[in-house]
Amino acid sequence: MKKTEKRTVALAAVFALTFGIAPAANAMHIMEGYLPVQYCVIWGILCIPFLAAGFFSIRRTMNEHRKTVILLAMSGAFIFVISSLKIPSVISGSCSHMTGTGLGALLFGPAAVSVLGIIVLLFQAMLLAHGGLTTLGANTFSMAIAGPFVSYGVFWLLKKCHVNRRVGIFLAAALGDLFTYCVTSFQLAICYPSEAGGIGASLIKFLGVFAPTQIPLAVIEGLITVAVMIGLEAYASPELKELRFIGEEK
Amino acid sequence: MTKNTKTVLVLILAVVLIAAVPLFALRGAQFGGSDDAGSVMVKEITGGEYEPWFTPVLESAIGGELPGEVESLFFCIQTGIGVGIIAFCMGRLVERKKWMKKEADGHDSNR
Repeated sequence: MKKTEKRTVALAAVFALTFGIAPAANAMHIMEGYLPVQYCVIWGILCIPFLAAGFFSIRRTMNEHRKTVILLAMSGAFIFVISSLKIPSVISGSCSHMTGTGLGALLFGPAAVSVLGIIVLLFQAMLLAHGGLTTLGANTFSMAIAGPFVSYGVFWLLKKCHVNRRVGIFLAAALGDLFTYCVTSFQLAICYPSEAGGIGASLIKFLGVFAPTQIPLAVIEGLITVAVMIGLEAYASPELKELRFIGEEK
Repeated sequence: MTKNTKTVLVLILAVVLIAAVPLFALRGAQFGGSDDAGSVMVKEITGGEYEPWFTPVLESAIGGELPGEVESLFFCIQTGIGVGIIAFCMGRLVERKKWMKKEADGHDSNR
């Protein structure tokens, strides 16, 4: 990262941590109007440094590895497709959808995905009344920041441990997806602590709603991500090598 | 069929199975959105009807909830945009590989 970029990101981070006043906050799949105003604002501000870092990261990738733009477009489109598919879940008998952020996180790093993710969230919030503009900050944080960072961390950790690549990709995508919903539960729990057990009790309740639905979906997301990666390895190896995603072991 | 093709086919089959089994396993279940289940849970915890303090922009613009059919239209548009981009890019990559291979073969035979 260049000096000016670092400085801007740091500045945004400082701004985020010290001030409570911010531009309109945005979010993922917490329903519109369901978070108290101060939480909307806080989550919104927390996202700003990540979005700034993501913007610079994408710009740098585009400058240095011009031809990988095709993969960036595909990662973004992947999130579009995956997050629009509502899939029934066997455990809870309700529907939910996946996040699709794992692919982009593995290829371009978690920060870049935060920018891709917020585009999808904006689309859904404005046109579909799914998620919402006031909860955009919270939802961006859970889907486009927390999830991808977990995916990225899991993948590199498993790579260090010399676990099979495909197993690594699968676990990274699946855990990232699952973690997104844990964060969502946490975000709801701190706004709605239950009278009996406080935040902890309501966290368990919210997890009880989201987690069982999401586990099979996380598995699906992992499988799809592996399938797409196999396709990309077969046809886009020059780009993947340029991103240093593959190549070292060969 | 190469090993990769087989792996991909098995993966796709697994995905379809995981997605389809609930429909048969849980006959008569509602399959509502878990986002909605979230708002039910909020109601349960706070012990009262929670009044969202902000209605979605589009809903206030058209003065009511988005009709279900139109909502599915928007979801389709979202999927369509995504699939379109992926298919276009993948098509280019696949063709490029053929073309690169041909060129490499061509160089070999010229020698």
